[in-house]
Amino acid sequence: MRADHDDAHQWLDADAGPLVRAYAVTGGRARPGAGLFDLVTYVVAAPAGQRRNAVHLQPEHRALLEHAREPISVAELTSRAGFALGVVRVLLADLLDEGAVIRMAPAVAPGHVPDDDILQAVILGLRHA
Amino acid sequence: MRDDRARSVPTAIKILVAGGFGAGKTTMVGTVSEILPLHTEEVLTSASTHSDDLSGVEAKRTTTVTMDFGRITIGDSAVLYLFGTPGQDRFWFLWDELAIGALGAVVLADTRRLADSFPSIDYFERRRVPFVVAVNCFHGNQQFEIPAVRNALSLDPDVPVVLCDARDRRSGREVLVTLIEHVRALTLGQAHTAVGTPG
Repeated sequence: MRADHDDAHQWLDADAGPLVRAYAVTGGRARPGAGLFDLVTYVVAAPAGQRRNAVHLQPEHRALLEHAREPISVAELTSRAGFALGVVRVLLADLLDEGAVIRMAPAVAPGHVPDDDILQAVILGLRHA
Repeated sequence: MRDDRARSVPTAIKILVAGGFGAGKTTMVGTVSEILPLHTEEVLTSASTHSDDLSGVEAKRTTTVTMDFGRITIGDSAVLYLFGTPGQDRFWFLWDELAIGALGAVVLADTRRLADSFPSIDYFERRRVPFVVAVNCFHGNQQFEIPAVRNALSLDPDVPVVLCDARDRRSGREVLVTLIEHVRALTLGQAHTAVGTPG
Protein backbone atom coordinates (compact mmCIF):
# COMPACT_ATOMS: atom_id res chain seq x y z
CA MET A 1 0.00 0.00 0.00
CA ARG A 2 2.70 2.38 1.00
CA ALA A 3 4.74 1.40 -2.06
CA ASP A 4 1.79 2.09 -4.36
CA HIS A 5 1.29 5.43 -2.76
CA ASP A 6 4.91 6.39 -3.28
CA ASP A 7 4.86 5.24 -6.88
CA ALA A 8 1.82 7.35 -7.62
CA HIS A 9 3.66 10.43 -6.44
CA GLN A 10 7.05 9.93 -8.08
CA TRP A 11 6.33 12.71 -10.56
CA LEU A 12 6.00 15.13 -7.68
CA ASP A 13 9.34 16.89 -7.37
CA ALA A 14 10.21 19.78 -5.07
CA ASP A 15 8.74 22.29 -7.53
CA ALA A 16 5.44 20.51 -7.98
CA GLY A 17 4.92 19.89 -4.29
CA PRO A 18 3.93 23.40 -3.21
CA LEU A 19 1.45 23.61 -6.09
CA VAL A 20 -0.32 20.56 -4.80
CA ARG A 21 -0.31 21.81 -1.23
CA ALA A 22 -1.70 25.20 -2.17
CA TYR A 23 -4.41 23.44 -4.14
CA ALA A 24 -5.17 21.32 -1.13
CA VAL A 25 -5.65 24.06 1.42
CA THR A 26 -7.76 26.10 -0.94
CA GLY A 27 -10.20 23.39 -1.73
CA GLY A 28 -9.00 19.85 -1.33
CA ARG A 29 -10.35 18.78 -4.68
CA ALA A 30 -7.46 16.40 -5.39
CA ARG A 31 -8.25 14.10 -2.55
CA PRO A 32 -6.58 10.76 -2.00
CA GLY A 33 -8.88 7.80 -1.65
CA ALA A 34 -10.59 7.23 1.66
CA GLY A 35 -8.68 3.97 1.95
CA LEU A 36 -5.44 5.65 2.96
CA PHE A 37 -6.99 7.73 5.74
CA ASP A 38 -10.20 6.13 6.90
CA LEU A 39 -12.15 8.06 9.52
CA VAL A 40 -10.92 5.68 12.21
CA THR A 41 -7.33 5.41 10.98
CA TYR A 42 -4.90 6.66 13.65
CA VAL A 43 -2.09 9.04 12.81
CA VAL A 44 0.62 10.61 14.94
CA ALA A 45 3.17 13.34 14.31
CA ALA A 46 6.61 11.90 13.64
CA PRO A 47 9.49 12.87 15.92
CA ALA A 48 11.10 16.02 14.50
CA GLY A 49 14.29 14.17 13.58
CA GLN A 50 12.45 11.88 11.18
CA ARG A 51 10.97 14.66 9.08
CA ARG A 52 12.45 15.50 5.71
CA ASN A 53 11.24 18.83 4.30
CA ALA A 54 9.41 20.30 7.25
CA VAL A 55 10.46 23.79 6.17
CA HIS A 56 7.85 23.62 3.37
CA LEU A 57 4.94 22.96 5.66
CA GLN A 58 2.12 25.47 5.63
CA PRO A 59 0.23 26.65 8.73
CA GLU A 60 -2.57 24.17 8.00
CA HIS A 61 -0.08 21.30 8.00
CA ARG A 62 1.43 22.50 11.25
CA ALA A 63 -2.03 22.78 12.80
CA LEU A 64 -2.64 19.11 12.05
CA LEU A 65 0.73 18.14 13.53
CA GLU A 66 -0.10 20.10 16.69
CA HIS A 67 -3.31 18.12 17.11
CA ALA A 68 -1.53 14.83 16.38
CA ARG A 69 1.15 14.94 19.07
CA GLU A 70 -0.54 11.86 20.49
CA PRO A 71 -2.11 9.21 18.25
CA ILE A 72 -5.48 10.49 17.04
CA SER A 73 -8.11 9.22 14.65
CA VAL A 74 -8.62 11.02 11.35
CA ALA A 75 -12.20 11.82 12.41
CA GLU A 76 -11.12 13.49 15.64
CA LEU A 77 -8.24 15.25 13.96
CA THR A 78 -10.64 16.65 11.35
CA SER A 79 -13.07 17.75 14.00
CA ARG A 80 -10.47 19.43 16.21
CA ALA A 81 -8.70 21.15 13.32
CA GLY A 82 -11.99 22.48 11.96
CA PHE A 83 -11.09 21.67 8.35
CA ALA A 84 -13.17 19.65 5.96
CA LEU A 85 -12.40 15.93 5.84
CA GLY A 86 -11.34 16.07 2.18
CA VAL A 87 -8.84 18.83 2.95
CA VAL A 88 -7.45 16.96 5.94
CA ARG A 89 -6.87 13.88 3.79
CA VAL A 90 -4.87 15.86 1.25
CA LEU A 91 -2.84 17.57 3.99
CA LEU A 92 -2.18 14.22 5.66
CA ALA A 93 -1.00 12.77 2.36
CA ASP A 94 1.45 15.70 2.12
CA LEU A 95 2.63 15.07 5.66
CA LEU A 96 3.03 11.37 4.98
CA ASP A 97 5.18 12.20 1.95
CA GLU A 98 7.27 14.53 4.11
CA GLY A 99 7.73 11.86 6.74
CA ALA A 100 6.10 14.25 9.20
CA VAL A 101 3.22 12.00 10.13
CA ILE A 102 2.99 8.29 10.78
CA ARG A 103 -0.06 6.31 9.75
CA MET A 104 -0.54 3.72 12.46
CA ALA A 105 -1.57 0.15 11.77
CA PRO A 106 -5.12 -0.55 12.98
CA ALA A 107 -5.56 -2.93 15.91
CA VAL A 108 -8.08 -4.89 13.83
CA ALA A 109 -7.79 -5.32 10.07
CA PRO A 110 -10.42 -3.23 8.25
CA GLY A 111 -13.63 -5.16 7.68
CA HIS A 112 -12.86 -7.69 10.39
CA VAL A 113 -14.92 -8.12 13.53
CA PRO A 114 -12.82 -7.52 16.66
CA ASP A 115 -12.03 -10.46 18.95
CA ASP A 116 -14.95 -11.51 21.08
CA ASP A 117 -13.20 -10.61 24.34
CA ILE A 118 -12.95 -7.02 23.08
CA LEU A 119 -16.66 -6.96 22.21
CA GLN A 120 -17.54 -8.36 25.62
CA ALA A 121 -15.38 -5.69 27.27
CA VAL A 122 -17.16 -3.01 25.22
CA ILE A 123 -20.57 -4.28 26.35
CA LEU A 124 -19.49 -4.24 30.00
CA GLY A 125 -18.02 -0.78 29.52
CA LEU A 126 -21.20 0.56 27.94
CA ARG A 127 -23.27 -0.73 30.83
CA HIS A 128 -21.03 0.38 33.66
CA ALA A 129 -19.20 3.47 32.45
CA MET B 1 12.42 10.32 21.88
CA ARG B 2 9.67 7.74 21.91
CA ASP B 3 9.43 5.27 19.08
CA ASP B 4 5.99 6.09 17.73
CA ARG B 5 5.98 3.17 15.36
CA ALA B 6 6.02 0.78 18.27
CA ARG B 7 2.97 2.30 19.91
CA SER B 8 -0.26 0.40 19.67
CA VAL B 9 -3.63 1.94 18.94
CA PRO B 10 -6.92 0.98 20.56
CA THR B 11 -9.39 -1.13 18.65
CA ALA B 12 -11.47 1.41 16.75
CA ILE B 13 -15.08 0.31 16.34
CA LYS B 14 -17.16 2.25 13.84
CA ILE B 15 -20.92 2.35 14.37
CA LEU B 16 -23.39 4.26 12.21
CA VAL B 17 -26.53 5.91 13.54
CA ALA B 18 -29.06 6.24 10.74
CA GLY B 19 -32.73 7.04 10.34
CA GLY B 20 -35.00 9.60 8.83
CA PHE B 21 -34.86 13.33 9.41
CA GLY B 22 -35.93 14.12 12.98
CA ALA B 23 -35.71 10.52 14.18
CA GLY B 24 -33.24 11.47 16.91
CA LYS B 25 -29.81 10.73 15.38
CA THR B 26 -28.15 13.85 16.67
CA THR B 27 -29.77 13.41 20.06
CA MET B 28 -28.64 9.82 20.41
CA VAL B 29 -25.05 10.41 19.31
CA GLY B 30 -24.90 13.31 21.76
CA THR B 31 -26.39 11.56 24.78
CA VAL B 32 -24.31 8.38 24.59
CA SER B 33 -20.95 9.98 23.83
CA GLU B 34 -18.73 12.99 23.68
CA ILE B 35 -19.98 14.68 20.53
CA LEU B 36 -17.87 16.52 18.00
CA PRO B 37 -18.80 18.09 14.69
CA LEU B 38 -17.28 16.59 11.57
CA HIS B 39 -17.25 18.56 8.35
CA THR B 40 -16.96 16.92 5.01
CA GLU B 41 -16.63 18.95 1.90
CA GLU B 42 -18.38 17.63 -1.15
CA VAL B 43 -19.02 18.72 -4.68
CA LEU B 44 -22.65 18.98 -5.64
CA THR B 45 -23.07 17.97 -9.24
CA SER B 46 -25.67 19.24 -11.65
CA ALA B 47 -27.84 16.25 -10.80
CA SER B 48 -28.31 17.52 -7.29
CA THR B 49 -28.38 21.26 -7.74
CA HIS B 50 -32.12 21.42 -8.29
CA SER B 51 -32.72 20.17 -4.79
CA ASP B 52 -30.39 22.74 -3.31
CA ASP B 53 -31.94 25.83 -4.85
CA LEU B 54 -28.80 26.65 -6.78
CA SER B 55 -30.70 27.51 -9.94
CA GLY B 56 -28.86 29.88 -12.20
CA VAL B 57 -25.38 29.02 -10.98
CA GLU B 58 -22.77 26.84 -12.59
CA ALA B 59 -23.24 23.09 -12.55
CA LYS B 60 -20.70 22.25 -9.89
CA ARG B 61 -20.69 23.76 -6.43
CA THR B 62 -18.97 22.81 -3.23
CA THR B 63 -20.98 22.28 -0.14
CA THR B 64 -20.00 21.42 3.39
CA VAL B 65 -21.90 18.64 5.05
CA THR B 66 -21.67 18.49 8.82
CA MET B 67 -22.11 15.09 10.36
CA ASP B 68 -22.55 14.18 13.99
CA PHE B 69 -19.67 12.22 15.36
CA GLY B 70 -19.18 10.90 18.86
CA ARG B 71 -16.63 8.89 20.76
CA ILE B 72 -16.91 6.46 23.66
CA THR B 73 -13.64 5.25 25.16
CA ILE B 74 -13.70 1.78 26.69
CA GLY B 75 -10.68 1.48 28.95
CA ASP B 76 -7.37 1.29 27.12
CA SER B 77 -8.42 -1.31 24.62
CA ALA B 78 -11.26 0.03 22.51
CA VAL B 79 -12.90 3.20 21.29
CA LEU B 80 -16.35 3.35 19.77
CA TYR B 81 -16.80 5.91 17.02
CA LEU B 82 -20.39 6.83 16.28
CA PHE B 83 -21.28 8.58 13.06
CA GLY B 84 -24.71 10.05 12.45
CA THR B 85 -25.47 9.58 8.77
CA PRO B 86 -26.43 12.65 6.76
CA GLY B 87 -30.20 12.67 6.52
CA GLN B 88 -30.74 14.29 3.16
CA ASP B 89 -31.05 11.97 0.19
CA ARG B 90 -28.58 13.95 -1.86
CA PHE B 91 -25.78 13.04 0.54
CA TRP B 92 -26.26 9.32 0.27
CA PHE B 93 -22.94 8.92 -1.46
CA LEU B 94 -21.29 9.80 1.86
CA TRP B 95 -22.75 6.68 3.39
CA ASP B 96 -20.48 4.41 1.35
CA GLU B 97 -17.43 5.89 2.99
CA LEU B 98 -19.03 5.67 6.42
CA ALA B 99 -20.16 2.09 5.90
CA ILE B 100 -16.70 0.76 4.99
CA GLY B 101 -15.39 -1.20 7.92
CA ALA B 102 -18.38 -0.41 10.12
CA LEU B 103 -19.15 -2.99 12.78
CA GLY B 104 -22.83 -2.24 12.42
CA ALA B 105 -25.58 0.33 12.45
CA VAL B 106 -28.47 1.58 14.52
CA VAL B 107 -31.55 2.59 12.54
CA LEU B 108 -33.60 4.99 14.61
CA ALA B 109 -37.27 4.83 13.78
CA ASP B 110 -39.96 7.35 14.57
CA THR B 111 -43.31 5.57 14.66
CA ARG B 112 -45.06 8.67 13.32
CA ARG B 113 -42.91 8.38 10.20
CA LEU B 114 -41.92 4.74 9.96
CA ALA B 115 -41.49 4.92 6.21
CA ASP B 116 -38.58 7.34 6.70
CA SER B 117 -36.47 4.45 7.96
CA PHE B 118 -37.00 2.30 4.84
CA PRO B 119 -34.03 3.77 2.91
CA SER B 120 -31.62 3.14 5.80
CA ILE B 121 -32.85 -0.43 6.24
CA ASP B 122 -32.60 -1.12 2.51
CA TYR B 123 -29.09 0.28 2.44
CA PHE B 124 -27.76 -1.85 5.30
CA GLU B 125 -29.51 -4.97 4.05
CA ARG B 126 -27.94 -4.55 0.62
CA ARG B 127 -24.47 -3.88 2.04
CA ARG B 128 -24.85 -6.69 4.58
CA VAL B 129 -24.03 -4.29 7.40
CA PRO B 130 -25.46 -5.73 10.65
CA PHE B 131 -28.09 -3.41 12.10
CA VAL B 132 -30.71 -3.08 14.79
CA VAL B 133 -33.85 -0.98 14.69
CA ALA B 134 -34.39 1.27 17.70
CA VAL B 135 -37.84 2.78 17.99
CA ASN B 136 -37.40 6.18 19.54
CA CYS B 137 -40.15 6.76 22.11
CA PHE B 138 -39.22 10.31 23.00
CA HIS B 139 -42.69 11.55 22.14
CA GLY B 140 -44.19 9.34 24.81
CA ASN B 141 -47.02 8.25 22.54
CA GLN B 142 -45.88 4.82 21.51
CA GLN B 143 -48.26 4.00 18.69
CA PHE B 144 -46.85 0.63 17.71
CA GLU B 145 -45.87 -2.50 19.50
CA ILE B 146 -42.55 -4.05 18.51
CA PRO B 147 -44.13 -6.88 16.45
CA ALA B 148 -46.13 -4.30 14.53
CA VAL B 149 -42.99 -2.27 13.79
CA ARG B 150 -41.15 -5.40 12.69
CA ASN B 151 -44.03 -6.26 10.41
CA ALA B 152 -44.40 -2.77 9.03
CA LEU B 153 -40.69 -2.63 8.19
CA SER B 154 -40.63 -6.18 6.73
CA LEU B 155 -37.57 -7.04 8.80
CA ASP B 156 -35.83 -10.37 8.79
CA PRO B 157 -36.68 -12.32 11.95
CA ASP B 158 -33.13 -12.08 13.30
CA VAL B 159 -32.93 -8.27 13.15
CA PRO B 160 -33.37 -6.96 16.71
CA VAL B 161 -36.04 -4.31 17.30
CA VAL B 162 -35.92 -2.42 20.59
CA LEU B 163 -37.63 0.57 22.12
CA CYS B 164 -35.42 3.40 23.30
CA ASP B 165 -35.37 6.98 24.46
CA ALA B 166 -32.65 8.71 22.50
CA ARG B 167 -32.47 11.42 25.16
CA ASP B 168 -31.48 8.90 27.82
CA ARG B 169 -27.83 7.89 28.07
CA ARG B 170 -28.48 4.46 29.56
CA SER B 171 -31.21 3.71 27.04
CA GLY B 172 -29.06 4.80 24.12
CA ARG B 173 -26.10 2.77 25.31
CA GLU B 174 -28.30 -0.29 25.74
CA VAL B 175 -29.19 0.05 22.05
CA LEU B 176 -25.46 -0.14 21.28
CA VAL B 177 -25.22 -3.23 23.49
CA THR B 178 -28.08 -4.79 21.50
CA LEU B 179 -26.19 -4.08 18.27
CA ILE B 180 -22.93 -5.56 19.54
CA GLU B 181 -24.72 -8.65 20.85
CA HIS B 182 -26.34 -8.97 17.40
CA VAL B 183 -22.91 -8.82 15.75
CA ARG B 184 -21.60 -11.39 18.24
CA ALA B 185 -24.54 -13.68 17.46
CA LEU B 186 -23.88 -13.39 13.72
CA THR B 187 -20.17 -14.08 14.26
CA LEU B 188 -20.37 -16.83 16.86
CA GLY B 189 -23.59 -18.55 15.77
CA GLN B 190 -24.71 -21.26 18.19
CA ALA B 191 -21.83 -20.51 20.54
CA HIS B 192 -23.15 -17.03 21.27
CA THR B 193 -24.13 -16.28 24.84
CA ALA B 194 -25.15 -12.72 25.67
CA VAL B 195 -22.86 -10.96 28.13
CA GLY B 196 -24.39 -11.04 31.59
CA THR B 197 -26.54 -14.05 30.79
CA PRO B 198 -26.11 -17.01 33.17
CA GLY B 199 -24.45 -19.99 31.55
